Amino acid sequence: MTSIWEPVIGLEVHAQLLTASKMFCGCRAQYLGIPPNSNTCPVCLGLPGTLPVINQVAVELTIRTALALNCEIPEFSKFDRKNYFYPDLPKGYQISQFDLPLSINGCLEFEVEGRVVRAGITRVHLEEDAGTLHHAGEIHNSAFSLVDLNRAGVPLMEIVGEPDLRHPAEAPAYLAALRQTLIYLGVNDGNMEEGSLRCDANISLRRRGTSTLGAKVEVKNMNSFRSIQRALEFELARQTELLEQDQPVAQETRGWSDLEQVTVSQRSKEEAQEYRYFPEPDLPPLVISRAYVEELRAALPELPRAARRRLQERYQLTADQARLIAETAADAAYFEAVVAAGAVPHAAANWQVQNLQALCNAAHVPVSGCRVLPGSLAELVTLVVTEQVSGAVAKEVLAEIFESGARPAEVVASKGLGQVSDTDRLATFIEEALAGNQKAAADYQSGNDRALGSLVGAVMALSKGTANPKLVSQLLRDRLPRS
Amino acid sequence: MSLLARPIAELARGLRSRDFSSVELLESALAEVAREDGELGAFLRTTAGPALVQAQRADRLLSDDPASASPLLGIPVAYKDVLCTKGVETTAGSRILEGFIPPFSATAVERMEAAGAVSLGKLNCDEFAMGSSNENSAFQATRNPWAADRVPGGSSGGSAVAVAARLVSATLGTDTGGSIRLPASFCGVVGVKPSYGRVSRYGLIAFASSLDQIGPLTKTVEDAALVMQVIAGVDPRDSTSSPAPSGDLLGALKSGVAGLRVGIPKEYLAMAIEAGVRGVFDQSATLLAAAGAQLVDVSLPSTEYALAAYYVIAPAEVSSNLARMDGVRFGPGFGTAANLMEAYERARHIGFGPEVRRRIALGTYVLSSGYYDAYYLRAQKVRTLVAKDFERVFKEVDCVISPTAPTTAFRMGERVADPLAMYATDLLTLPANLAGVSGISVPAGFADGLPVGLQVLGPYMGEATCFRVAAAVEEMAQVWQIRPGTKGVPEAAG
Repeated sequence: MTSIWEPVIGLEVHAQLLTASKMFCGCRAQYLGIPPNSNTCPVCLGLPGTLPVINQVAVELTIRTALALNCEIPEFSKFDRKNYFYPDLPKGYQISQFDLPLSINGCLEFEVEGRVVRAGITRVHLEEDAGTLHHAGEIHNSAFSLVDLNRAGVPLMEIVGEPDLRHPAEAPAYLAALRQTLIYLGVNDGNMEEGSLRCDANISLRRRGTSTLGAKVEVKNMNSFRSIQRALEFELARQTELLEQDQPVAQETRGWSDLEQVTVSQRSKEEAQEYRYFPEPDLPPLVISRAYVEELRAALPELPRAARRRLQERYQLTADQARLIAETAADAAYFEAVVAAGAVPHAAANWQVQNLQALCNAAHVPVSGCRVLPGSLAELVTLVVTEQVSGAVAKEVLAEIFESGARPAEVVASKGLGQVSDTDRLATFIEEALAGNQKAAADYQSGNDRALGSLVGAVMALSKGTANPKLVSQLLRDRLPRS
Repeated sequence: MSLLARPIAELARGLRSRDFSSVELLESALAEVAREDGELGAFLRTTAGPALVQAQRADRLLSDDPASASPLLGIPVAYKDVLCTKGVETTAGSRILEGFIPPFSATAVERMEAAGAVSLGKLNCDEFAMGSSNENSAFQATRNPWAADRVPGGSSGGSAVAVAARLVSATLGTDTGGSIRLPASFCGVVGVKPSYGRVSRYGLIAFASSLDQIGPLTKTVEDAALVMQVIAGVDPRDSTSSPAPSGDLLGALKSGVAGLRVGIPKEYLAMAIEAGVRGVFDQSATLLAAAGAQLVDVSLPSTEYALAAYYVIAPAEVSSNLARMDGVRFGPGFGTAANLMEAYERARHIGFGPEVRRRIALGTYVLSSGYYDAYYLRAQKVRTLVAKDFERVFKEVDCVISPTAPTTAFRMGERVADPLAMYATDLLTLPANLAGVSGISVPAGFADGLPVGLQVLGPYMGEATCFRVAAAVEEMAQVWQIRPGTKGVPEAAG
């Protein structure tokens, strides 16, 4: 039964940009795996007297993202200061964008359970990341906290979604589509675990059929697709229960606890921060010329939806194949290279998304970065399609070349794995198989078709997978005539 | 008489003709500091060791290639303590930055060093440059060399005193609402407030970022031009610095004022200006007219709102700029605290003086939601009107003149208890900061034995006109050579 309470959900996504340097200084934007505070300079340390200088590449990547999300790019934009005290914020303010962001009014289409949903994008703006804190023990009872400013000043793009989602399951689907777009654009690495992609959610409930929204609850601390859906499901249930009992829902910020699978109140509306935004006087306004925007628009790469559609139509793939192959732009390019090297598209698609993808997942490498070059996969696929090797052998060969990087034909030749279609040789295997499976032979002859399968299997085993199964099947039928 | 009584060009000639070396010049300056500064309190700290290294290097360069060297090579200078100096403690006159040793130098300081200027150290100022009397320094009083019981003006008080007392040839100060021009006027030296963006602010510990400018304080207008030529110009580290060409400031000094249209803003003269100051101003105007300038009455109608707008915008920026002083990384810190908020409160209570705390509170208030539109936004609109006033007036005239301050140097302690009276000291100077235009204060005479400065304001990036008029006033007034302690200081110039 459908509840009378309908959730209204919007996501705020923070994405670190894949620039070489930080947002306002020359330090590296890559800050992981180095000693604390070693990736810093007077500017990102916020030393008195220092001034920010805008990273133009970050502006470019943000505009590219905004264009991919169908946003408008106003001609005039500016940076503002968001003021608050916290030890991970060295200047005592974050340089962000308040009332004139780089882009507004976009949308993102994504699929959930076979439906296409279109969600609005309020804005995409640019800001700087804060540092990180390491507490001695838990935050509320630690004797001290250590500040690491390696991350301080890393370019951060904030993508604010309209409250257009109506089901907790739509949230991870929206985020997955957004993440895929960011990876296609090459602006973000999509790593939620390490926090280079972060997501907060706003959720409020309203009576179905009405437009009056209930109190808005912001949920933080969700670092996986699963936790986002779980947190929203929890909130939906929690708020529904309150409303059913005629109790008010408090406007507040709550944190998701993965351990306890609940949200916990962090900050009430009364405790809400007063950020005292005002225009950043150290930076001139950004004037974005129309010519520049059009230049960036023209240079946009193919985006996931377009790539899926094109692959499906051009290579006659199934929707699932197209979706799996177009998971990343690099995977799609790999597939097209395999086809260009002569493989039959449909077979190539199956071999890529089933067999090769499985090996890659296990080894934690992308398809595009594995040792099986597109030409090798094409060669292997062709060997199978032309029945020079069996499917079973081909899988073994694939596993081998995945490790060694050798060419499939060499492996097949050197190990004598070529498919045996020579009837004299096959006859030897068949006689041996019949001698050991007399009951199966009799069963087949008395009308049991399935018994033929086990005889073919026995021949395949004796030939170590090299026998041509179609031919074996034919020869067995000839050898065991039914009366 | 001290070598430091001579203008920079004369010292440069002396260095090149080997009349004295840079090391000798430095020793002479250090001797003056040792003799005078115990009483005056201009220096927060001297850096004799590094200075000697710089002077020795200057002497080598002077003997290698005297012709192509900068006129500042080997010249003794010093910097206001809001300018970061690599490896030298920089406190901005505040306890909260005690012990802060910047790992970099301000761009203006770097450029002075690249030109070969020899720095004797860091100069006292009001805490974070907030004040008009230098009485807000957390560390020491600085006295006016013309009258020990009077303030030197602020906030660049130490910078003005060090030049007035002939301790060094030139200093750098900063001007946010008059902090260079006012002490220059009170101490009888030249002080330049460049157009906003003319000099890089990188390494200047910010007071109000949209108003701050670094500028020189010197004995003569020519000396100021020599320093401006070194420090001005675009800097990739300051996105608000301007690539606009500086113009020929040295050439402007000799151009005279014949045919120049000089505006006299009626709103400025309608203020409560001391009779002695008014007398010097009228005399300067008369001299300029006699030299061929055309005096024109002009109107800057938004002037009456400028002070109020300034005291909204500047504190708003202060409240944000000083947030980084949180006790975590610099200063005396907070000892122990029960929680984070208490740590911040303690650090900032120990570290900041009352005037700084007052402005942080004011700025925090005007930026708060619910008050933003009524204060900050409205003040920005006034600021636009003030700028438009100047734009319009500079279509009618080449520059405007006024007294730099309504009074001469006042007595120490006189205005400490009355912030509004203290703020009013800047009535004539702060509109130029709101508008971003260029300005200079030049000694024009004396009233009751105290120096009186004439302010010349020029268009945005129009420093050359300011220097042209200031040079003419300097030549006609003939007062710059008169130094504190000289017998027979005239009641008024001429």
